[in-house]
Amino acid sequence: MLSIDLLKGFAVTLKHMFRRRVTVQYPEQRRIETASFRGRHRLQRYADGRERCVACALCASVCPSEAIYLEAAENDSEHPTSHGERYAAVYQIHLLRCIFCGFCEEACPEDAIVMGPQYELAQDARAQCVIDKTIMLTPREEGFGTYDFDFPPPQVG
Amino acid sequence: MHAFFLYTLIVIIKIVVVFAVTLGSVPAIVLVERKVLGWMQVRPGPNRVGPWGLLQTMVDGAKIFFKENVIPNHVDMLTYQLAPILVITPALVISSVIPFGPDIVIAGHRIPLSITDLDLSLLFFFAVASLTIYGVVLAGWSSNNKWSLLGGLRSAAQMVSYEITLSLAAVGVLLLCGTFSLHAITEQQGGGFWYWNVFRQPLGFVLFLLAALAENNRLPFDLPEAESELTGGYHTEYSSMRFAYFYMAEYMNLFLTASVMAVLFLGGFEPPYPHQFGTSWLEGVHGIIWFGIKVGFFVFLYIWVRATLPRLRYDQLMYLGWKIMLPLAFLNLLGTAVFIAYGWQWWQMGLVWLIVLILTDLVVGHILWRRRRALH
Repeated sequence: MLSIDLLKGFAVTLKHMFRRRVTVQYPEQRRIETASFRGRHRLQRYADGRERCVACALCASVCPSEAIYLEAAENDSEHPTSHGERYAAVYQIHLLRCIFCGFCEEACPEDAIVMGPQYELAQDARAQCVIDKTIMLTPREEGFGTYDFDFPPPQVG
Repeated sequence: MHAFFLYTLIVIIKIVVVFAVTLGSVPAIVLVERKVLGWMQVRPGPNRVGPWGLLQTMVDGAKIFFKENVIPNHVDMLTYQLAPILVITPALVISSVIPFGPDIVIAGHRIPLSITDLDLSLLFFFAVASLTIYGVVLAGWSSNNKWSLLGGLRSAAQMVSYEITLSLAAVGVLLLCGTFSLHAITEQQGGGFWYWNVFRQPLGFVLFLLAALAENNRLPFDLPEAESELTGGYHTEYSSMRFAYFYMAEYMNLFLTASVMAVLFLGGFEPPYPHQFGTSWLEGVHGIIWFGIKVGFFVFLYIWVRATLPRLRYDQLMYLGWKIMLPLAFLNLLGTAVFIAYGWQWWQMGLVWLIVLILTDLVVGHILWRRRRALH
């Protein structure tokens, strides 16, 4: 019967009226990010302070939107920046081009670049959307960052 | 002279109050609609401006008032400017014949609680309500834009088709009550909810409800302004306050149609229990409260329908209007006349119409089912 089918539909909308709302009241409430959340990139360090990134540029070549630019430089043998031979002297990500696919994170053999939890990325100017190591690199005080996959740094021979 | 002055004063006060309520119903209904739609879609609805989002529509109104009024170069200037006025005026005029409470006596003067208690108020309602369409068609035509014109034409066809059903469904009530006066129709339904016309005319009630939905361009029948097809329909080229006029007229018509439906079928200001209205102002408030509850019920029903049903296709709309609802409206009119001629009891009449309604339901459901199966 037509009316019964209609009433079924009306019952559905009426039931939903008394459901718990799913909306997150954003500035006051925030969603809890999961460990797999893909926010702004971070560059990790080892516990001794050296950078994980060895400037292999796999991230830059895998990036589908070509948002990553990096220039490599030789490590100073007395005070190495990273544990490998080279380190990233310049490491820039253009966040307006980035699609947050996480391929860079997957491609990185050193687990140096990870997608972090930050998602509030609005800026006043386009130039500010190109972020570099000063923003992405985990501060020394935080040790190796919040991500729990630290291995002992390989010894540089 | 003194009595004349007092009479004029009372009329002016009533006009101001009724217009204020009718205009004020627009932000109220819009807010309730957005809230209820939100809840039915499992979200909270507007809740940022003011406590519980109460000031949202006020702020929206202030915003739209201060927006730039863009007039495209290609419009027909006179009709373009005239159309919003032609749409909003009938709505305000209709509000003058709605009886929202019983007569009260203040300082020895009998005051009916409606701006004017016309003998032909129902006829007046139909006559003026159908004028709205001129504004809609002129808006579509003067915008000089294909989609606006299509919206206006759809609106014209739809309103003409459903206007007939609307009027015929109301004629059943007229036959029962023997009067055109909305006030008298209300009073005849006093004395308990079993006197309400909805129990004498269930088929007429359903027809009137559906036709009123179509007349107001509400959702299952909102083809004149189908966003996904016509980018807004006849009011696409309007901005600022001129656009707001269309918007306000739409919601005022909703409010007023709900009022007329409450009067015709749910006994207007009469409470659902036996009650003889006195003449004190408190009795007036009593009536107004029941009237408000009934209008609120219909407004909620409209919003509920909007949240539930998808938009019809245009041929489906015409099919429903001409091949299903119009014959039923004629049947309703003819049957009611026969029942009255043979002096049937109200419950006999109600029962017969209920059976007809269920049969129609079965037949229409079967036709739709067969059509749907034929498509597969």
